[in-house]
Amino acid sequence: MKITVQGHETYAYTGGKALDTALPCLVFVHGALHDHSLWTLLARWFAHHGHGVLALDLPGHGRSAGPPPPDVEATADWLLAALYAAGVKQAVLVGHSLGSLIGLEAAARAPERVTRLLMLAIAFPMKVSDALFSTALADPVKAMHMVNNFSISTTAAKPSHPGPGAWLHGGNQVLMERNVAQARNELGIDLFTHDFQVCDRYAGGLQAAARVRCPVHFILGARDQMAHPRASRELGAALKAQVVTLPAVGHHMMAEAPDAVLAALRAALA
Amino acid sequence: MAGYSDPGFDTLALHAGAAPDPATGARAVPIHLTTSFVFENSEHAASLFNMERAGHVYSRISNPTNAVLEERVAALEGGVGAIATASGQAALHLAVATLAGAGSHIVASSALYGGSHNLLNYTMSRFGISTTFVKPGDVDGWRAAIRPHTRLLFGETLGNPGLDVMDIPTVSAIAHDAGLPLLVDSTFTTPWLMKPFDHGADLVFHSATKFLSGHGTVIGGVLVDSGRFDWDRSGRFPELTEPYAGFHGMVFSEESTVGAFLLRARREGLRDFGACMSPHTAWLILQGIETLPLRMARHVENTRKVVAFLAAHSMVARVGYPELDGHPSQALARTLLPRGCGSVFSFDMKGSRAQGRAFIETLKIFSHLANVGDCRSLVIHPASTTHFRMDDAALGAAGITPGTIRLSIGLEDADDLIDDLKRAFKAAEKVT
Repeated sequence: MKITVQGHETYAYTGGKALDTALPCLVFVHGALHDHSLWTLLARWFAHHGHGVLALDLPGHGRSAGPPPPDVEATADWLLAALYAAGVKQAVLVGHSLGSLIGLEAAARAPERVTRLLMLAIAFPMKVSDALFSTALADPVKAMHMVNNFSISTTAAKPSHPGPGAWLHGGNQVLMERNVAQARNELGIDLFTHDFQVCDRYAGGLQAAARVRCPVHFILGARDQMAHPRASRELGAALKAQVVTLPAVGHHMMAEAPDAVLAALRAALA
Repeated sequence: MAGYSDPGFDTLALHAGAAPDPATGARAVPIHLTTSFVFENSEHAASLFNMERAGHVYSRISNPTNAVLEERVAALEGGVGAIATASGQAALHLAVATLAGAGSHIVASSALYGGSHNLLNYTMSRFGISTTFVKPGDVDGWRAAIRPHTRLLFGETLGNPGLDVMDIPTVSAIAHDAGLPLLVDSTFTTPWLMKPFDHGADLVFHSATKFLSGHGTVIGGVLVDSGRFDWDRSGRFPELTEPYAGFHGMVFSEESTVGAFLLRARREGLRDFGACMSPHTAWLILQGIETLPLRMARHVENTRKVVAFLAAHSMVARVGYPELDGHPSQALARTLLPRGCGSVFSFDMKGSRAQGRAFIETLKIFSHLANVGDCRSLVIHPASTTHFRMDDAALGAAGITPGTIRLSIGLEDADDLIDDLKRAFKAAEKVT
């Protein structure tokens, strides 16, 4: 479905069914250089099991127009505006990586609107190496290859996302390159640097945690090299988060292990 | 296997898509010879059918062994995924049928494998899909042939029979300017010699029967998607960008930003046309791919020696190998195929059809049969076999002379292959 948020057309995948705001709503928020399509299996499952579902494309990503907000805080405001535009009064927020920071900040800013916060592949602070930034300036495609290789822990993920025969490294690489090219051509911005600077510069995690009132769950990948599980401990303690660490799973967990992530989400929502 | 750099080609040829079997510890890829897969419960069954979960239902649609092959070829080509099919012909048909329907139009190279030409020129036209054929090097011809209902441009990395090297960067640019994808048959080159996606192609298929399998044992095909063509932006492919009543009203381009083509091809084409690959075949092709880098290097090494021998032989009028001076594709070959131009080529022997037959029948190591890309060396004389109904004028129009002989150079000792050819030339000389 398409909604208008802060004056720009915004796309939200609804899981193969029209959004029913009378149902408990799950809102999925993707990470850097991604779009809604990383969530489609999970979103379809929840949409067909009693939930209203929105898997949003952040501004400047995928099918959503407009420049991406400058920081996590502004993106959280945008997210809350998107919920309002879609007619969603309260929701469970499910974020991946950068998306989980956005969910955290949204839950802190509007605690009455977030009933549960699920943070996948989370680290705080989410620092990004200077080497990656400098590589991105010199050779953006190479930098995306680096991200891709750190994100995916195996060359044999089963079952693959979105289905058998999919090569995760190829799919993730092309998705990142497409988003970066689109932002460069249509918005004139370097989306790679933007997204990773937003991750790197976010400093308000612990302050936000103090304002969150809903239950919080961390779903981590034991083989995550982008956001190692130990990098989430301080924030997890501040949020009193229930932590599930998925074995043999990396940062790209929804694609690497969609069944394991589904099981973890269902357990968190039970 | 996560690290700073992408795994290399040789590593992917062995590992992509496969890990030790979690149930048994088997290190090699198991052959899952089963038609169906047990559901955990009714809810699991429903979620698989509705694409809420990834997994296998029925081996016509997907199979774990086939999935390893699909992921491996996709990895080697630099694509987002692949579909294994019953043959290379089935892969071509699946690509066409996914993107085109009655009233659609294709622009194709005129230098195609005969089976591909038959499919497009005779069979698909019976179903309302027409094709305009253009010479692969005729850049203006490609552009001029595009019509409002064109859905696809198609050619081979190395054309048949003259090994015209397809100018993929130029033809793909023409396709993209028109909002169309370029499909490439990469059978003769394999990803070891060239990755068409790196040069702008959008879809690639292989007759895996040939070099990917490499041992002349099975028939199979693989269709690979680069994931880079923007079906929404093109606006010409409602099959991928609008709800499909045949599968839950799914909009494939929303379901997968970069994998829409393969979703539709699998959920419609494999499901309905049913040209799937046997898991046993997939396993044999995987065995071949594990040594693809080693084999292709040897194929090219042997071919260069045989080509050099033939080019210097008094009974040879012409050798059609793009690395040679005078070949019309030599410059393109240097750019696009620096590792070599494969091991299938033709040469023209001076003399009659009878001398051509004598040449073939004297060969001992070369096998006389209709295939290429085997580890064993192969030979065929088109004028007396595949094109025997043609008179000399018709052969000439097809780029074939009465003395044209096609070789597929295998992995034997190159000296033995050259000795075999020497004996055959002597036998042909004695024919009057």
